[in-house]
Amino acid sequence: MNKGIVVIGSFGQFFRFLIQEMKPRGPWLTTFNVISIPVILTGLVILYFRFVYGLGSVTNLTQETPWGLWKGFNVVVGVALAGGAYVITFVVYVMRMEKYHSIVRATVLSGLLAYTFYAGTLLLELGRPWFALNPYIGNSFGFSSVLFLICWHFLLYMVAEFIEFSPAIAEWLHWEKARKILKSLTLGTVILGITLSILHQSGLGALFLMAKSKIHPLWYSEFIPILFFVSSIYAGLAMIIVEGTLSRRVFKHLFTPDHRHSFNDIIFGLSKGAAITMFVYYFLKALLFIHDKQWTMINDGWGYWYLLEVLGFVLVPGFMFAFGFRNRSLNIIKTASVLALIGIVLNRLNISVIAFNWYVVPHYFPTWQEFVVALTVIFAEIWVLRWFVTRMPVFTSGHGTQRAGN
Amino acid sequence: MDRRGFLKTSIVVGGCAFASNKLNAQETRDSEEFVGVLVDTTRCIGCRACEVACGEEHDLLVPDVINDGALEKHRKTSDKQWMVVNKHATEKGDVFVKTQCMHCYQAACTAACPTAAMNKTKNGPVIWNGSKCIGCRYCMISCPFEMPKFEYHEWNPKLQKCTMCYERLEEGQKPACVNACPTDTLMFGTRLKNLEIARHRIYSHPDQYVHHIYGEHEVGGTGYIYLSAVSFDQIGFRTDLGTTPYPEYTKEFLYGVPMVLFGVPAFLLGLNALAGGSEQGIDGEIESDTGKGGASDE
Ligand code: SF4
Ligand code: SF4
Repeated sequence: MNKGIVVIGSFGQFFRFLIQEMKPRGPWLTTFNVISIPVILTGLVILYFRFVYGLGSVTNLTQETPWGLWKGFNVVVGVALAGGAYVITFVVYVMRMEKYHSIVRATVLSGLLAYTFYAGTLLLELGRPWFALNPYIGNSFGFSSVLFLICWHFLLYMVAEFIEFSPAIAEWLHWEKARKILKSLTLGTVILGITLSILHQSGLGALFLMAKSKIHPLWYSEFIPILFFVSSIYAGLAMIIVEGTLSRRVFKHLFTPDHRHSFNDIIFGLSKGAAITMFVYYFLKALLFIHDKQWTMINDGWGYWYLLEVLGFVLVPGFMFAFGFRNRSLNIIKTASVLALIGIVLNRLNISVIAFNWYVVPHYFPTWQEFVVALTVIFAEIWVLRWFVTRMPVFTSGHGTQRAGN
Repeated sequence: MDRRGFLKTSIVVGGCAFASNKLNAQETRDSEEFVGVLVDTTRCIGCRACEVACGEEHDLLVPDVINDGALEKHRKTSDKQWMVVNKHATEKGDVFVKTQCMHCYQAACTAACPTAAMNKTKNGPVIWNGSKCIGCRYCMISCPFEMPKFEYHEWNPKLQKCTMCYERLEEGQKPACVNACPTDTLMFGTRLKNLEIARHRIYSHPDQYVHHIYGEHEVGGTGYIYLSAVSFDQIGFRTDLGTTPYPEYTKEFLYGVPMVLFGVPAFLLGLNALAGGSEQGIDGEIESDTGKGGASDE
């Protein structure tokens, strides 16, 4: 009897705590809020039309171009950029490089949110989302489908990342026991997460293997899965550098000064990794260029576009990473990261949208509504990310705050 | 820690490897006799009776053949028309060609579909199952003939494409278009028989036909096969699709999946052991914490 009251009492406390934490913190009229709130509201209106009048009412999708900006940018690009989480957990938990430990939580969190929101985009752009659970239940398993595999891996990977991040949630809630149990799951889930990542990063590329006759031959190759996997490594590294730099600027008060110092050290390490993977990627590209006799196609608009992507946004940033690493130049590394990210965006969009059915005129171009919804997803993600980092021990990786909390 | 970790890992990974084992269970395509349609484009007069019959049979758009002047432009099938007849100007004059889903032997759309909503029935037609489809449109991405069409202006869209009049076949009838054709351009039958007829026509009238049956080998063979008097690129066919069945393109990748699922975790655990040994713990401070916690728990 008494026990019951205690339980109810602590539940009440717990809910009050949750509600307290739901309330916004900090000033309202920040630049980000002023831009993102109208965009998100417009996005919601557009989504209303999308669900009532069909995808065609707000998008430029056609029978020839069934996948557009939402799939190409939010899903295919987004997943590549979220690759940082599996790379960094590999480095820290498998290779045990302590140096990078302080960025694990932030990276895993942004990976988790990225996947959640991009899986959400996938739902928005499914024609019949009310059947979205079909690949997971009953007799609707398309075993020979790459997309089926990806559906499963997205789900499992989100669970794995959630478990990896969950010790931070337990700390936030002061659930010490749970934190220990969850923490002990880390290595297992990390290994599972890395395995799943390798498969679905390359799987996103494998999606386009059957579009052989539709993708411009400069971008089509039977090795797309491998290219996608390798490039997701440096995409993830570059994203960590950019995201880390930005969040250190925006959430200044959440970092201690020695953190900033160690982060610079981390950036140098990451840039070395990025340089190596970019050269490997470039080498693969060059091999394909020679093997598939791609130079015969290089002398038109598509050829120049291809060269811009591969030289301007792979080779150049690759050298910049190497140069920045050797000369300890943060600025060069940060610029290289941005260039490398542009390269990833170009590459993924080229394969999934731009060079897809390249011979069809007029070629697909997104509507303004598609752009707004794409931004809505990203802004919403940032809102949630901000909510997490201002409440949970994300940047501090546990130690300090958790001790203080006890 | 290591051993415990390994156990957990193998349990979780084993779980999904079980699912992926079945990935390799390629649908068996033995010598069952699939049915199909032979289209002899040299016989077609462009009357479009088939288009009308198709529209009426499936409650789709019934074209006004006399007045709509549709032959003047090249049309594609759409979410409102499962098949269209186009007029192509060739070296031997105008040729009329009916297009629709080819009902591929090993169809890209069925291999692509994550829910098996697109499926090849046991006697040949490839049909769409609305209670399974999630509307991902991956079938459209994969189909080399771009046949599945999506209803972009419906709140609950369907994928529209020719079903080879699956229901009529069940009742022992021919497809509606074949029934309507006044010139025997369209012949319904088993694919093997149709191929024989096609070859016979080519051999007995070598001057009337090019020596090629479109769909005999293209993308691994299709249910619809075509005869022509001129090379097929002149009458709107893609001749660069190759003879590899489309599901083959992703097969290698899918075969690699179980290997990665088992190999990579083992490899990672090995690396992990090399990198630090099990004593040192995963991450200095927190790990020592957990160690203490674990000890006091027991
Ligand atoms: S033509 Fe396209 S839709 Fe028809 S069976 Fe072949 S792959 Fe499927
Ligand atoms: S749109 Fe429907 S039929 Fe086509 S691949 Fe997706 S689930 Fe299958």
